[in-house]
Amino acid sequence: MEALKQELKEKIINVLNLEDIAVEDVNDNDALFGDGLGLDSIDALELIVMLDKDYGIKLADPKEGKAIFQSIETMAKYISENRTK
Amino acid sequence: MGAATQQWYLKKQAMADKHFITDYCTIEKGRIKRNGQEVFAASDTSFADFAKQAYKHAETEYSKFFKMDNLSKLSFLAADLLLKGQPLDGSNNTALLFANISSSLDTDVKFNDSISDKDNYFPSPAVFVYTLPNICMGEISIRYKLYTENSFFIFEAFNPEFFANYAAILLDTSRADKVLCGWVEFFKDDYKAFMYLVSKESGTDNTIENIQLLYNS
Repeated sequence: MEALKQELKEKIINVLNLEDIAVEDVNDNDALFGDGLGLDSIDALELIVMLDKDYGIKLADPKEGKAIFQSIETMAKYISENRTK
Repeated sequence: MGAATQQWYLKKQAMADKHFITDYCTIEKGRIKRNGQEVFAASDTSFADFAKQAYKHAETEYSKFFKMDNLSKLSFLAADLLLKGQPLDGSNNTALLFANISSSLDTDVKFNDSISDKDNYFPSPAVFVYTLPNICMGEISIRYKLYTENSFFIFEAFNPEFFANYAAILLDTSRADKVLCGWVEFFKDDYKAFMYLVSKESGTDNTIENIQLLYNS
């Protein structure tokens, strides 16, 4: 799980072009949206594509993303339970 | 043009307020010049590296810059040079008048690449949102809180006559206090931005000849 969390931090910074944020700056329970990393709605769509492309998870309902993308912790838990690749 | 029409046109020109270019900049081939003076250079590098270095050099704190496509980054860097220091309270009545040759083709091609393989079909929403040229004006408007007129046109070549006339109409009809005119061309790492501010303040006369001269400088 720790390796997956580290991987997610690196992927999110890379995929979402968060140039001014380092992996060390992201805590497992930090909010990804709002006051945390400050991600926006387009970032949310990009994360949905990332789940599909890298972990074989298709979100049938984008509204599910709200709970899944709360933090690195919640993302890692959901991915480890649902990944197909 | 008939004699009567010509007379009317000349009379109208004489009556109209004069407009002036108060500030201008160019970005091309890894160099940034403002009012003819070089303010930044980073040669022998890709646009991505150049833009990153130029952004850091400008000391503009705006992390969304890194999410923009190339056309928006180019436009933002040029506009930031000319608009920095202006009020951010929504009172800035500066219209945006932009144009280029390639529209958003640079990003359109990238997006098309991401959907061309049916076995690896993962269209990027973050790329898709930049598949219109006028998005770059939206980025500038958001950053500088401009709730003003904006239009993006596509031409076969730089068109100083259009810029001169359209800016004059915006100013003469009180649609704007200033007009930020921008030629922002980007395709496959070949780029040029030429941007200038026009207003009724003093400066260089906003004539077709002067615009062409500054574009070539």
